[in-house]
Amino acid sequence: MTTERIYAKLLPIIQNYLPEDVSPDEVDPDKDLTRELNINSAHLVDVVLDVEDAFDIEFANDDMESLRTVNDAIKIIQKKLNQDA
Amino acid sequence: MKPRIVITGLGIVAPNGVGCTNFEAALRSGSSGIRFFPELEALKFSCQIGGKPPLTQNIIDANLSALQQRNFNANGILYGIISGMEALRDANIRPATAEEDPLWNLGIIFGTGTSGVDKFREAIYQVDDKKVRRLGSTTVVQTMASGISAYLGGMIGAGNRVTTNSAACATGTEALLLGYEHLVAGKARQMLCGSCSDDGPYLWGGFDAMRVTTWKYNDAPEQGSRPLSASASGFVPASGAGAYVLETLESAKARGATMYAEVLGGAINNGGQRLGGSMTAPNNTAVQRCIIDALSNSQVSASEIDYINGHLTATVKDPVEIDNWCKALQRSGADFPYINSLKGMIGHGLAASGSMEIVASLLQLKHNFIFPNVNAEDLHPDIENQVDSDRIPRNTLEIPLTTVAKASFGFGDVNACVIFRKI
Repeated sequence: MTTERIYAKLLPIIQNYLPEDVSPDEVDPDKDLTRELNINSAHLVDVVLDVEDAFDIEFANDDMESLRTVNDAIKIIQKKLNQDA
Repeated sequence: MKPRIVITGLGIVAPNGVGCTNFEAALRSGSSGIRFFPELEALKFSCQIGGKPPLTQNIIDANLSALQQRNFNANGILYGIISGMEALRDANIRPATAEEDPLWNLGIIFGTGTSGVDKFREAIYQVDDKKVRRLGSTTVVQTMASGISAYLGGMIGAGNRVTTNSAACATGTEALLLGYEHLVAGKARQMLCGSCSDDGPYLWGGFDAMRVTTWKYNDAPEQGSRPLSASASGFVPASGAGAYVLETLESAKARGATMYAEVLGGAINNGGQRLGGSMTAPNNTAVQRCIIDALSNSQVSASEIDYINGHLTATVKDPVEIDNWCKALQRSGADFPYINSLKGMIGHGLAASGSMEIVASLLQLKHNFIFPNVNAEDLHPDIENQVDSDRIPRNTLEIPLTTVAKASFGFGDVNACVIFRKI
């Protein structure tokens, strides 16, 4: 799957978890999920569960640790999809 | 001199009405909130009827963001949030914004019996299926007992004491008195108090197994909950939430708040599961003592009580409760105060019963009426022997009320009684 297609599928998932004072337009690949997009850190696990469902993959504990930005998520998803392929 | 405490806001999510306006109309018309639930029949419950609040998605959306609703499955917390936020709006108190200090002088004591039963069930299935990592981030906050006070605390920005109490069916009345005592002690200026209860088969099943619910009215749900009646055959389980803002009179006056009533005082005690009391049955000496202590704490004489909102669940214990009121107040026959039970309309809201009944009591006191005792057309003979039947209105009475007593009793032999006066 191309990076663009992954991002298109990932974007609405992330937008679901934005606090009310962050506009959906502010999401871009370089943004830090918790520090810049203000997603509650507890909600990262929910983002991951939704990503797992959307892409039919499973994150390991160390994948969670390396997840900081939208780009990190894209890379992890890409890696998982390639492993499965 | 101890500070005077008043009620400045009310909120309600009841099986027969959501919001104070709808609920008051339902009280006046004696509207039932009891329905038949096919799910309970399919699960082979003896009692297949119950009371659940008629919430619409619009009401939920007005109270919870889309994010808060994701993976949310804790109906008691939902009812508690809606009632608590209504009470706050009714009191004209604005939540703190994200950039402001919390409201240091506003606390919350919001009780429940148990929390997030349906969410807990989801979690148990996932854990047993070796999918613990799939539980998500909100399983804990939905199933912790203090979930309701934590949700409300965050939505409001409460900065004083924020906690949850639990005293079975006396929870809502206990919450009010705990908040009252906190204010009297000078530790806060406003306390949002109340209680909520989950519903559904996983909460109600235990009561069904105890045979304390009725199995005789599955084909006539609205007639099933029969407090004070000779044909009462057990309670009908229900759910919901009631909420009230307690405030020092000084604070209420200073900001020109609307006042429903003054809380004169009250008492909480326990029968110690002695002298006939047990885990599930009341020690009558303790019940009477609780009522007497509430009067004394309020500096009110028994003769001043115009109206009693009873606990009266529609079990064999109703005549015993009437006897306890007669003995505690030393009043009977034509001299007995008016008395009614909300449970005839909405069933037994368990941990939410006391708070929904307190909201009903305060609406009656403020607006000078007494709602009808639904399904009590055939009064229990032991009750009729003690109290004149016109003291147990079967039709709505429009009548001035000044001083009102409300009591709740619960498993664990807990008792709580509060006295309100018109202000």
